[in-house]
Amino acid sequence: MYESRILGLAYVTPFVIGLLVFTAFPFLASLGLSFTEYNLIERPYWVGLDNFEFMFFHDSLFWKSLSVTLAYVFITVPLKLAFALYIALILNFKLKGINLFRTGYYVPSILGGSVAIAVLWRYMFADFGVINLILGTVGIDPVPWFGDPGWALFTITLLRLWQFGSAMVIFLAALQNVPVSLYEAAMIDGARKWQAFFRITIPLITPVIFFNFIMQLVQAFQEFNGPYIITQGGPLKSTYLLPLYIYESAFRNFEMGYGAALAWVLFSIVMVLTIIAFVTSKYWVFYSGDKQS
Amino acid sequence: MRSIEQTAASAQAMAEVRKTERRQKINAVVRYVILAAVGFAMIYPLLWLIGASFKTNHEIFTEIGFIPMHPTLDGYIEGWKTSTEYTFGRFFINTFIILIPKVLATAFSSTLVAYGFARFDFPGKKILFSILIATLLLPNVVTRIPQYILFRELGWLDSYLPLWVPQMFAVDAFFVFMLIQFLRGIPRDMEEAAMIDGCKPFQVLLYIVIPMLKPAIISVCLFQFMWSMNDFLGPLIYISSVEKYPIALALKMSISATESFEWNRILSMTVLALTPSLAVFFLAQKYFIEGISTTGLKG
Repeated sequence: MYESRILGLAYVTPFVIGLLVFTAFPFLASLGLSFTEYNLIERPYWVGLDNFEFMFFHDSLFWKSLSVTLAYVFITVPLKLAFALYIALILNFKLKGINLFRTGYYVPSILGGSVAIAVLWRYMFADFGVINLILGTVGIDPVPWFGDPGWALFTITLLRLWQFGSAMVIFLAALQNVPVSLYEAAMIDGARKWQAFFRITIPLITPVIFFNFIMQLVQAFQEFNGPYIITQGGPLKSTYLLPLYIYESAFRNFEMGYGAALAWVLFSIVMVLTIIAFVTSKYWVFYSGDKQS
Repeated sequence: MRSIEQTAASAQAMAEVRKTERRQKINAVVRYVILAAVGFAMIYPLLWLIGASFKTNHEIFTEIGFIPMHPTLDGYIEGWKTSTEYTFGRFFINTFIILIPKVLATAFSSTLVAYGFARFDFPGKKILFSILIATLLLPNVVTRIPQYILFRELGWLDSYLPLWVPQMFAVDAFFVFMLIQFLRGIPRDMEEAAMIDGCKPFQVLLYIVIPMLKPAIISVCLFQFMWSMNDFLGPLIYISSVEKYPIALALKMSISATESFEWNRILSMTVLALTPSLAVFFLAQKYFIEGISTTGLKG
């Protein structure tokens, strides 16, 4: 019916233009920029690998920022996924009032990326904020949530964990698709509950675990609002994630070339991890014959 | 003899059943306790925020309860005035001036493109579709700097154009992907019947596909609404004059300004900043949950 090949192309034209102008061109241009020095006033000046040489061998702030970023990602992503899956498993029991809980858990992830929530976090965890007040009522000394490097990263991490709802909703949908007959068959064969969980549930939802993992990974590497508003990267750069460093290089100091170089390093890390995940996925992600939504 | 054995066996079975029932009940209670505890942790910050916005500054620092003991609207009245020459209302209007064209452009362009991908065959479709999926995973951070330079060359800085224009070209692959997934689930019978009756593809799109796609298009609009409300980095980079600030920038400004000591003002404006998103979410939550669980979108 839809045989007109040209017409099909016409419908996707906006996407092709957008792709070329707003994605492909900037993508390559930022690679080009990373080999230049460019302050927006003078013309870009080709410096070869200087930006990268400086970054890797002379810029201790880069290494600090990178290690903070990796710590942040490798703490938040697994914790958030595990927590989301755990709560989804509980919700998957046919309990009364599930919808209410599901909605309540989902609200933070709808609002969580906003400035307003970051502001709320800043005030709740302030030295004289409500969290320290609560701790005070049970006799715990005030915690320097933003004053101490270790605690500051923890507080930022907590904000991300608080937004576990979207991953949970996706897990829950996947769990509800696991056929009950499989569990019944396993029970008849004498399987225990934990065996059913690790042999049936987990393998069947691996595609969704994989999907959630990749999405959370890409997002966590780009976190900006939380640390920018709550801690400004401090104290002692303990929450200075790479996106903050990129922003300050490019849009505060107007070092477009160095900013682009940092962005490409961040992109390369995300890409390598994504490729590793895709390559190893054939060993642990189980695609059943039926259509996966 | 037999009946005694039977009774004994059935009594044992009954005890067994009762034991399982009791265990199930305990399990259910444990689950509810966990759910309620987690739910409380989820909702507590929001409840505290709403309560605190009606408190005096002194009470915010000293009381942990939700309910203000001396409710006051001071925070709202003073906060609304802001430390600038504009009221908070101005920032609300700016936010919607950014938001509405952005949402409409997204819905329009994503629908066209998704229709093209889901229903037509054209040269290069496979490659384009793979690129579409790849851009889902492309971190925006890598394209942001040249985009900024591009918009600067075009003279679009300090205007809303950098926030609007890209959306006319379906740059958010998420939305296109979501609509394609939805379209794939709709049988083509109706469209084919209409074509036999002489409808052109564009008429089919307008009169048959869009009405069927309506729930998915609404989901697209809602998600774009939420993401744009939450967007901070875009306006931060592109908008420099205070008169054009959306809420996100105005809030950030207020915590940096001297009024940051006036907690209740900032918390009141934070409540207002969250109100549109919360209202939209509760009015249309079924679209969110369905949208996210059928296509696996981020939230």
